[in-house]
Amino acid sequence: MTGAKALIQALEKEGVDVVFGLPGGANLPIYDALVDANFRHILVRHEQSAAHMADGYARMKRKAGVCFATSGPGATNLITGIATAYADSSPIVAVTGQVPLAMIGKDAFQETDIIGVANPCTKYSFQPRAAAEIPEMIKKAVYIAESGRPGPVLVDIPKDVQQSTAEMKFPELIKVRGYNPNVEADLSEMARAVELLLNAERPIIMAGGGVILSGAFSELQALAELIKIPVVTTFKGKGAFPENHPLAMGPIGMHGHAEANKIIVEADCIVAVGARFSDRSVGKFDEFGKGMSIIHLDIDPAEIGKNKSVDVALVGDVKSSLRTLVKMFSKKMIKKDSDNPWLKRRKELIQYYAETLKDYPREITARKSLKKLRELLPANAIVTTEVGQCQMWASLHFDVITPGTFFSSTGLGTMGFGFPASIGAKAARPNVPVVDIAGDGSFNMTENSLAVSVLDKLPVIVFLMNNYMLGMVAQWQRTFYNRRYSGVHQYNCPDYVKIADAYGAQGIRAESMHELEKAIKAALKSDVATVIDIPIDPEEDVYPFVAPGTGLKDMIVGA
Amino acid sequence: MFATTTVQKESWHIVSALVENKPGVLFRVTNLFRARSFNIESITVGSTEQQDLSRMTITTNSDEKTLDQLVKQLRKLIDVIEVKVLDTDKTVYRELALIKIKAVDPTTRSEIVNYATIFRGNILDIGKETITVEITGTPDKIDAFKNLVEHYGIAQLSRTGVSALPRGGVES
Repeated sequence: MTGAKALIQALEKEGVDVVFGLPGGANLPIYDALVDANFRHILVRHEQSAAHMADGYARMKRKAGVCFATSGPGATNLITGIATAYADSSPIVAVTGQVPLAMIGKDAFQETDIIGVANPCTKYSFQPRAAAEIPEMIKKAVYIAESGRPGPVLVDIPKDVQQSTAEMKFPELIKVRGYNPNVEADLSEMARAVELLLNAERPIIMAGGGVILSGAFSELQALAELIKIPVVTTFKGKGAFPENHPLAMGPIGMHGHAEANKIIVEADCIVAVGARFSDRSVGKFDEFGKGMSIIHLDIDPAEIGKNKSVDVALVGDVKSSLRTLVKMFSKKMIKKDSDNPWLKRRKELIQYYAETLKDYPREITARKSLKKLRELLPANAIVTTEVGQCQMWASLHFDVITPGTFFSSTGLGTMGFGFPASIGAKAARPNVPVVDIAGDGSFNMTENSLAVSVLDKLPVIVFLMNNYMLGMVAQWQRTFYNRRYSGVHQYNCPDYVKIADAYGAQGIRAESMHELEKAIKAALKSDVATVIDIPIDPEEDVYPFVAPGTGLKDMIVGA
Repeated sequence: MFATTTVQKESWHIVSALVENKPGVLFRVTNLFRARSFNIESITVGSTEQQDLSRMTITTNSDEKTLDQLVKQLRKLIDVIEVKVLDTDKTVYRELALIKIKAVDPTTRSEIVNYATIFRGNILDIGKETITVEITGTPDKIDAFKNLVEHYGIAQLSRTGVSALPRGGVES
């Protein structure tokens, strides 16, 4: 059997049902073997999108998404997507072609040391030197990508290794020495956490992306309901907890919900679940959590004490740790009643900001549009976002109801992520509506994926809040650079309805709330992708705002 | 702007890591140090009692918090099997240095030979204008010898970095 065939079979054995990719010189043998594969191949128009699609698929399915690219530029084009997956701990397996073994190091045509390039943004990488190594490597690649704290794995296969034949053994079991992802949190530490929480007057849960990666939704909800404490999330953790739940307060952070930022600085005990205390979430490291006790649940020991020193560390899968905590609490008498002062404070803050925060004075605004979108979408609809103002508006004004249905490039902040990721998510869940909450600047970067959406019958909705601006940059230039605009205008170009039309998708311009409602309904019925072009005012800013380098308490609530 | 905590006191540490003996592992380790701005004083890599494992000995001047991160990040690497911070009181550690000293006149030459004897060093080479001495010991001892002969003029110097093993026991 050839190495290329072994690759395809190994992927089949891992249960892969779709691969996103683009062929080239150094992966021709793989594409030849692909003709007989029993999984689907989706041809992308740029490799960056292949990685984002695999990422969107992986986040939705909570299993590895796979992408293919050729050597050199094909492989380097994947890097942005691989780095995005790394920053957000998403399990993707990227398979690249490489020049033949004898040509490596000779600066051959389309040769890049992609293992070297990708090193800082991959969990691990492989380069088989013989065809017979491929089956085990693929099994290890999928295992490493999915287990522990998930992340991208690169498999770089020289062309002659793809072509050469060998007797293949497909292992059932593999062991990776030096990699031990299954850790259980220490029970005495658990007991300390329970004590701290029972003695706290103003405890709060801060749920991060780890809850979503681990699928610990019901465990998180059980803990919150059992001890009746408010739940904020990080932005990565948005949708870890239903945002219409009576204990929910939404995301904290630079553009967090005002009430969430406010309440967390008033807390006396924080339970951080699968969160890494990023600067975007907690603001100034020194200031965050001062005088409070912090209980940190995470699967990655290196996250403990990295940005914040904590009082109790529970290292292990957060799903299992939460389950144990719930059991331990069930045995204790819980005194907290639902009208304790702390829960009253939660209600008070929500009400205060609901009355205080005014919408931008226009007929059609980001806030109104997103509220309308939420109203018309089913609870289980999947949402991805682009990056910039549109992303932060999505965080502020679109409530996630079904946990684990909201995906954004939160760590790397990759413009162009949302649209291909939505296509990947649609491939994972074809029967659920998928919406990319987009801005024009970010959508521009990967809009050629419209071809994929149309041809591969993966009809997603691009909800394009269009200010013909690199809006977030413009907002910072308004705020910090005295309105000296530099490099932010898009000058009414292109016409997004025509762009959609050119690809055979549906383009609808919605210039009033009434038109928007009609457009969303039409999009939900459409069997091709729909781009809803929603012109919004270029001066509409995202508020609240915690300026970089300041603390959450310094939040600016409006202009 | 994003400093994590107040400045902690730095001290000298020896970190010992067992790693897979295969291509690219040293690259992964050093790239990690660079990417996370860990400051390394020396790093040595060599074979061990097991053919498929290498031992890396890393010395660093770090505060406790940085050391903790360095160890945890190292452990996260798939090719790293085991990482220990060695207690210098319960560890044997040595470094080797080759020092080529300018020595033309006979007095200088005999002084250098004497010093080398006192430091249990070896004279490896004598040329018309230089003497090359091999010194093995703790980094402090090598520093002391270097300081002693510095005024003659050091033509070239090469240090290996520290290699270390815990005292007693049979564990790897």
